[in-house]
Amino acid sequence: MDTQTEHPLAIAEAWAEAGRQVAIATVIETWGSAPRPVGSHLVIDDQGDFAGSVSGGCVEGAVISEAAEVIATGTPRMLEFGVADAVAWQVGLSCGGRIRVFLERLG
Amino acid sequence: MDRATLSALNAARRARMAAVLVSDLDSGAARVVTEDAVADDPLAEALRAAFASGKAGVVATAGQRVFLNPHLPPARLVIIGAVHISQALAPMARQAGLDVTIIDPRTAFATPARFGAERLIADWPEDALQDAPLDRWTALAALTHDPKIDDAPLVAALRAGCFYVGALGSRKTHAARLDRLHAAGLTGAETGRICAPIGLDIGAASPAEIAVATLAQLIAHLRRRAP
Repeated sequence: MDTQTEHPLAIAEAWAEAGRQVAIATVIETWGSAPRPVGSHLVIDDQGDFAGSVSGGCVEGAVISEAAEVIATGTPRMLEFGVADAVAWQVGLSCGGRIRVFLERLG
Repeated sequence: MDRATLSALNAARRARMAAVLVSDLDSGAARVVTEDAVADDPLAEALRAAFASGKAGVVATAGQRVFLNPHLPPARLVIIGAVHISQALAPMARQAGLDVTIIDPRTAFATPARFGAERLIADWPEDALQDAPLDRWTALAALTHDPKIDDAPLVAALRAGCFYVGALGSRKTHAARLDRLHAAGLTGAETGRICAPIGLDIGAASPAEIAVATLAQLIAHLRRRAP
């Protein structure tokens, strides 16, 4: 089934099999109007390719740039984005929601 | 998460097996729990809730923050009978997010002209279901009224534990159906799971209204796990 092969976690596995380094971002908690539910995934490889989403476009750029460091160090990170946060405003999560994203390297 | 854990999770997803990914948010360590392994797990209670609701969330346990992410198979609907009600039910169910298949061996009924882009199999249900067996995450609606076509998939749906089993037909038709199914060896507890006459009692009259009543009943079973 197409939706199966297109699931971000299936893509992450295929990337890893192809020898690419992969980071997995997961929405852990949301407050207010968050566009993607808890449990949603964005997967990023060491070239900056990505699939899936954690916010429907608002904060993907920031997560992708953090992913390079997580891939390099192997240390997972908890990222938080919300309107109270100046960085979040910069990356455009102006829809009034707040999300916490767990970012880890696929080991 | 390591690659072996990711592979195990993806394998469960491909096999339409429910699984929960349990991640330690401090270390990043992760493991996959399938439903048969819940009872022996230290997080059994939280895992049961995750399997039941399908909702992901953080659980605090013994000073650890653990994230439970359930992966439940996407719900499917198998419609037996390429009839008028099916022409309304299939697109409605698809809009509600179900993966829909229509099966009818009568080639005069099962035509793309009547069903457009819907997935349609012009074959006997026994044969058609061999490629995509029924399971707990599948609903079955038997809509032909014809025992030769409806009975076998109804038995298969009850045996597979389909989350919803509905059958079209009046009370009299259903009583005759129950007699046949009991003669075939099904118990009253098993056949008691059949919703018949099909659909919520909203006075539905037209095929589209019966489709609405059926879809609403199906969704109640999906979301509430009604018996």
